[in-house]
Amino acid sequence: MTGAAVVGQRATPASMTPMRELTYWQALQEALCDAMRRDPAVFVMGEDIGTYGGAFGVTRGLLEEFGPERVRCTPISEGTIVGAATGAALTGMRPVVEIMFMDFLTLTMDQLANHAAKFRYMYGPQARVPMVIRTPAGGGRCYGATHSQSLEAWFLHVPGLKVVAPSTPADAKGLLTAALHDDNPVLFVEHKLLYANSGDVPAGDHRVPLGCAALRREGSDVTLVSYSYYAGVALAAAEELAAAGIDAEVIDLRSLAPLDTATILASVRKTGRLICIEEGPRTGGVSAEIAAVVAEHAYEYLDAPVRRVGAIDTPIPFSPALEPAALPQRSDIVRTAREMFACRR
Amino acid sequence: MQLTYERVLGAYRTMRMIRSFEEKLVELVNLGKMSGFLHVYLGEEAVAAGVCAQLGEHDYVASTHRGHGHAIAKGVDVRGMMAELFGRRTGTCKGKGGSMHIADIDKGMLGANGIVGAGIPLATGAALTAKLKKTGGVAVAFFGDGASNQGAFHESLNLASIWKLPAVYVVENNGWGEFTPTDYVVPVKDIAERARSYAMPALIADGMDFFDVFAKAGEAIARARSGGGPTLLECKTYRFAGHYVGDALAYRPKDEAEKWMTERDPLRGFAERVLSDGLLNQDDLQRVDGEVSRHIEDAVKAAEAAPFPDASEVTTDVYADSHRRG
Ligand SMILES: Cc1ncc(C[n+]2csc(CCOP(=O)(O)OP(=O)(O)O)c2C)c(N)n1
Repeated sequence: MTGAAVVGQRATPASMTPMRELTYWQALQEALCDAMRRDPAVFVMGEDIGTYGGAFGVTRGLLEEFGPERVRCTPISEGTIVGAATGAALTGMRPVVEIMFMDFLTLTMDQLANHAAKFRYMYGPQARVPMVIRTPAGGGRCYGATHSQSLEAWFLHVPGLKVVAPSTPADAKGLLTAALHDDNPVLFVEHKLLYANSGDVPAGDHRVPLGCAALRREGSDVTLVSYSYYAGVALAAAEELAAAGIDAEVIDLRSLAPLDTATILASVRKTGRLICIEEGPRTGGVSAEIAAVVAEHAYEYLDAPVRRVGAIDTPIPFSPALEPAALPQRSDIVRTAREMFACRR
Repeated sequence: MQLTYERVLGAYRTMRMIRSFEEKLVELVNLGKMSGFLHVYLGEEAVAAGVCAQLGEHDYVASTHRGHGHAIAKGVDVRGMMAELFGRRTGTCKGKGGSMHIADIDKGMLGANGIVGAGIPLATGAALTAKLKKTGGVAVAFFGDGASNQGAFHESLNLASIWKLPAVYVVENNGWGEFTPTDYVVPVKDIAERARSYAMPALIADGMDFFDVFAKAGEAIARARSGGGPTLLECKTYRFAGHYVGDALAYRPKDEAEKWMTERDPLRGFAERVLSDGLLNQDDLQRVDGEVSRHIEDAVKAAEAAPFPDASEVTTDVYADSHRRG
């Protein structure tokens, strides 16, 4: 399950695609609208996604353009919404579901894990479940323990699901477009702190293949692997480390399943050091999987033990004084990298 | 339960406390003094006050994201709540819970709840405890019209009905679920109708009228207490403010809100009624208003002066100490 590494974020040559600056949410919206214009089987469902345009504004204006048959504002019934999407996908539609906060995916687990993810395998080629579940994740806003989680690691443990988590507006569009073309259930993780970020986004049919990481910064001393909001945090940490004489390479995974192990391994073979960074709790996390892959396939290249930077293993506390102590900070990445070098010297 | 002078005064005090507490929060958030995700109970005071006036110490309530009113009405200390919302160590939950997760188990307040519908099975379980332990207690689930579309609602009503649990399901129908009108997502006119599928009695109360809520809740709670099983009590009410503090309210007709606020304000209605019936006089009301506003100001001052939890507290209380009981 590996794809080719792509330096930067473009899957199509830059010269051919006009760029515009869009926010992350606008980029997502563009991907959705393009798909809905292209394919009448694509429709969206979710709470408050109609007139209101979704809790984070991604579906603003869709109701006006596509009407209530295809932009379905649902009751608060997450389990059934995802189950209905699965049933609709199985019978020829291509539903896109918005789950308002990633924490609420817990209410959809049966349909996702026991059904959507397994149909193809259990029923064989007669079955396909082309659907996308979009959901905002992450903390940093003092929303407390049930509105701040990053649960993506749970879903890596479910064969049959794909999981993506873009960090830039261009990837938001590119990965969503690719997910909308995919014939499998894709969990599409957005991050609350990214929606307002802006960046260049290619116009037209821009697709970023699933399972393909991006090398955000080349470096020779240590590999920082992350995704979603923390890809940006890792980049900022790399700049700080550069000032301290440590040349970090930064990989933005973009997809967690399939995981671009080739890109990770190539980088670790070069730098000899690896720090995996994620917002979810460390135990049983995405980083644990990456660390295991590296231990299995690149052990002999490691100059130092693999390190993980993630949330501590607690629920996320509300207090503004505690939330930052629970979630990983840029300084944790910097400190960890420095420790790795202190070890050697 | 008889409405004595003390009880009527207490009811007014509860409603005024909720009103002032919530208005203060809106002010604090707008001033940038408070962070977080807050849903205020303005306009719905009579529901929490009317139901909780029928409850005692050994009864339980399970609440919602819009939970401050339920907590106050169930007797949770307002100073602790204010400190909790400021994220201080002196808060009800030492700053770890926040607005959507305030709980005071000793007071029978099983938690505000960040997950819509999740409190309903919790109250069902608390009712089971009361039944198994034969405490004579009852459990009340407060939840919104929107929550009545969750499976948890339907499964709970079914379970409570077949097990004849001492539970009361109080749906606060305020006409909106976040930014979506209730009739867009609920096909029945009255949510009370949903009880019929579970062979459960249902009542509808005017949620803007303390006395009507008090009477109907009294009937339901008495039935639960005497072994007669659960009731679905629908309170028709209205959310005066936005869904959350900061909501620009662009989706809601202005005149709709205005009408409710001018014609159906539960505090004004209560005051008019108790004055005209001679239950309380103007002095009583003013005295309570003054006490409440001083109490809230003190709570804010105390909270602002209180220490934040130490960063080391982030790792405490992940697990209970199984060797220490009680
Ligand atoms: C499981 C779940 N889905 C969605 C939400 C987001 N959400 C919070 S409040 C709310 C509306 C609730 O409406 P209602 O139950 O009528 O209560 P009200 O806000 O009107 O008091 C929604 C959709 C949530 N917190 N939990």
